[in-house]
Amino acid sequence: MVDITPADGIPPAEVAEVELYHPHGWWTKYVFSQDAKVIAVQYSATATAIGLVALVLSWLMRLQLGFPGTFDFITPEAYYQFITMHGMIMVIYLLTALFLGGFGNYLIPLMVGARDMVFPYVNMLSYWIYLLAVLVLVSSFFAPGGPTGAGWTLYPPQAIMSGTPGGQDWGIILMLSSLILFIIGFTMGGLNYVVTVLQGRTRGMTMMRLPLTVWGIFTATVMALLAFPALFVASVMMLLDRVLGTSFFMPAISEMGEQLQHNGGSPILFQHLFWFFGHPEVYIVALPAFGIVSDLISTHARKNIFGYRMMVWAIVGIGALSFVVWAHHMYVSGMHPYFGFFFATTTLIIAIPTAIKVYNWVLTLWRGDIHLTIPMLFALAFIVTFVNGGLTGLFLGNVVVDVPLSDTMFVVAHFHMVMGVAPILVVFGAIYHWYPKVTGRMLDETLGRFHFWVTFLGAYLIFFPMHYLGLMGVPRRYAELTDMTIMTESAHHLNSFISIMAFIVGFAQMVFLFNLIWSIRHGREAGGNPWRATTLEWQTPQTPPAHGNFGKDLPIVYRWAYDYSVPGAKEDFIPQNMPGSFGPSREPA
Amino acid sequence: MAETLTHIGQTEPRPTGWRGIAADWSSDQRAFKNVSWGKAMMWIFLLSDTFIFGCFLLSYMTARISTRVPWPNPSEVFALRIGGSDIPLILIAIMTFVLISSSGTMAMAVNFGYRRERRKTAILMLLTAALGATFVGMQAFEWTKLITEGVRPWGNPWGAAQFGSCFFMITGFHGTHVTIGVIFLIIVARKVWRGDFDTGQRGFFTSRTGRYENVEIMGLYWHFVDLVWVFIFAFFYLW
Repeated sequence: MVDITPADGIPPAEVAEVELYHPHGWWTKYVFSQDAKVIAVQYSATATAIGLVALVLSWLMRLQLGFPGTFDFITPEAYYQFITMHGMIMVIYLLTALFLGGFGNYLIPLMVGARDMVFPYVNMLSYWIYLLAVLVLVSSFFAPGGPTGAGWTLYPPQAIMSGTPGGQDWGIILMLSSLILFIIGFTMGGLNYVVTVLQGRTRGMTMMRLPLTVWGIFTATVMALLAFPALFVASVMMLLDRVLGTSFFMPAISEMGEQLQHNGGSPILFQHLFWFFGHPEVYIVALPAFGIVSDLISTHARKNIFGYRMMVWAIVGIGALSFVVWAHHMYVSGMHPYFGFFFATTTLIIAIPTAIKVYNWVLTLWRGDIHLTIPMLFALAFIVTFVNGGLTGLFLGNVVVDVPLSDTMFVVAHFHMVMGVAPILVVFGAIYHWYPKVTGRMLDETLGRFHFWVTFLGAYLIFFPMHYLGLMGVPRRYAELTDMTIMTESAHHLNSFISIMAFIVGFAQMVFLFNLIWSIRHGREAGGNPWRATTLEWQTPQTPPAHGNFGKDLPIVYRWAYDYSVPGAKEDFIPQNMPGSFGPSREPA
Repeated sequence: MAETLTHIGQTEPRPTGWRGIAADWSSDQRAFKNVSWGKAMMWIFLLSDTFIFGCFLLSYMTARISTRVPWPNPSEVFALRIGGSDIPLILIAIMTFVLISSSGTMAMAVNFGYRRERRKTAILMLLTAALGATFVGMQAFEWTKLITEGVRPWGNPWGAAQFGSCFFMITGFHGTHVTIGVIFLIIVARKVWRGDFDTGQRGFFTSRTGRYENVEIMGLYWHFVDLVWVFIFAFFYLW
């Protein structure tokens, strides 16, 4: 219990501390743990494991595209299963789980100055249900008929018809069940993250003093709590269509000359529900990346973030706008021209807050004391990549440009740059940045630089040529392109080149994984604050932080998170829990 | 609102206008003053759940307005033959009455909870649970009746197949909510009856002590489930 009386001119604690749950033994400490830090590591490990499966799937796809006809085991059906599972795993089970379940769990309590999430038990359940969702997903690889091959968008009617792999087998049922479980599990964790940020902050930590990492994860979680319901409902309804034979999404349709039992459903309804979830999902992945990259840049350029308040409003604005743009994924499905106009306009308006963020990152770097550490390299790579991917988004947001480009490799290049490569670069940067806090040791520098350059340059060599292929008209999701007149010989060479690059970049990730495991024991000792950063997670009495995070007394926050290189201060950083006697603050009034 | 301290320990003058609103919302330690963690969490959960029911109802309305075959007339389908004449929607009317009444008993339970009248609180909560169970029971009767008349999720004798699909899906999902509510009402009522919130008894799963506020949080959920029913009643039965 802290005293609730004011002392030394510090604002009083508004509530008494809630007693922590203390583990009784090995099982409750490391397995069924209620500590957010352990849950974070569990989330991250599970997400990484399933992400490896998705990585292997992408190799298999590239084997087929780069060297068509060489590998007999990659049938068209198998190819569809690979692209479907690769997309679904990467977007939901890797990126969403890693950013919110992994980084959210680790960083939110530490950064806001809390001992744990507000409801640790529910938080623990969140992970176990997530694990169950992953296991159900993986089980579809072993089910009769294999996983679903409907594409990650699972569009009906094809998703539940016999022509699609898994459509009339177990694949689609397991996929939808896994999604439903994921959403239930995520909701349990998400409620925790939101309430912890809103109601669980330490003394002096106003929302406008939160590190942007927390703002990004917080806004993304709120969005997820409002967007996942649409996917939940779509999954339940499609499951009913498939299992009970209802016709929510299934129109009257015949298959192999036989009239199916379905009648009167609307496939477009599914698209609306799916993309009402699907577009916010892009920003659920992007906003935590925006937040984290802001902190990486500020810390490693030793300079306060430029336009903090504007950055916060841009995050919130992007979050709100992303709920009114979803039908730009459906231009080719057909819609009233006025709707196309509306959705194109809202889509392009998002460019404004996004551009504000990019300018502010660049202006933070401007005349900064830039340290080209590995997290900084990844942060810089993110800015470039995100701008690249964002600019092609302007193409695809316009109806008339989108229609010819739709379902070509151009789209593949666009979304991989903007929501695949860019957030993953931030994930890597963040891991290099916070690994010392999680383990107490630094990741190996040489391996890290090798990993960075191969990943960064390799990603461009993979996805830049795809823009060109897309402009040529090469369609996506085609297992076999050999006999298409559109595929010139040089296009085939380009495809082989892309595939080889994909293998190289993939192997670089193995180096990264090796680094992760090797450095736990052999890495250089990091100390409590190796990056000389200001935020609270670096001010913990122990590294890695012990149960309860902050020892006997919670920290008290006197300043914002970006007091770097303040003139007149002894050091070039002043932690958030240092009072005015340690130097002035540049916090905007 | 609590004042924010600057790094040198001075309180800042409270900003006005939009900046004041932003300052209030982002104020020290808690965005919502005097709202406990549990209550905040329940409100945010209910917001999320609203989106789920919203999506269900919007999907149902889409199906209903876009179907090219006639939609079965709810007044006839949900009529009961009592005393030789068909009374439209009679069962649904009773169900609605029962559920709305349970909101009344729930509100009274919250009131008595804050007065520390354990016995009355527990009895009223159990009464609420009983009314909820009655509601689910009548729904089971409704389902049985429709099923014997040939309504299936994939079709029915009177018109659009989506009638049955939407009916079973939406009332089923709502009924699940009511059932979960009944279970938790009984659990919380037991805690109140035993005096767990006075003695500081720890929860079996969470190892945390509870407070009489838990009754109110339970009530939030229950009122939400009632409110959702009002929308289902209006959009599904009265349309």
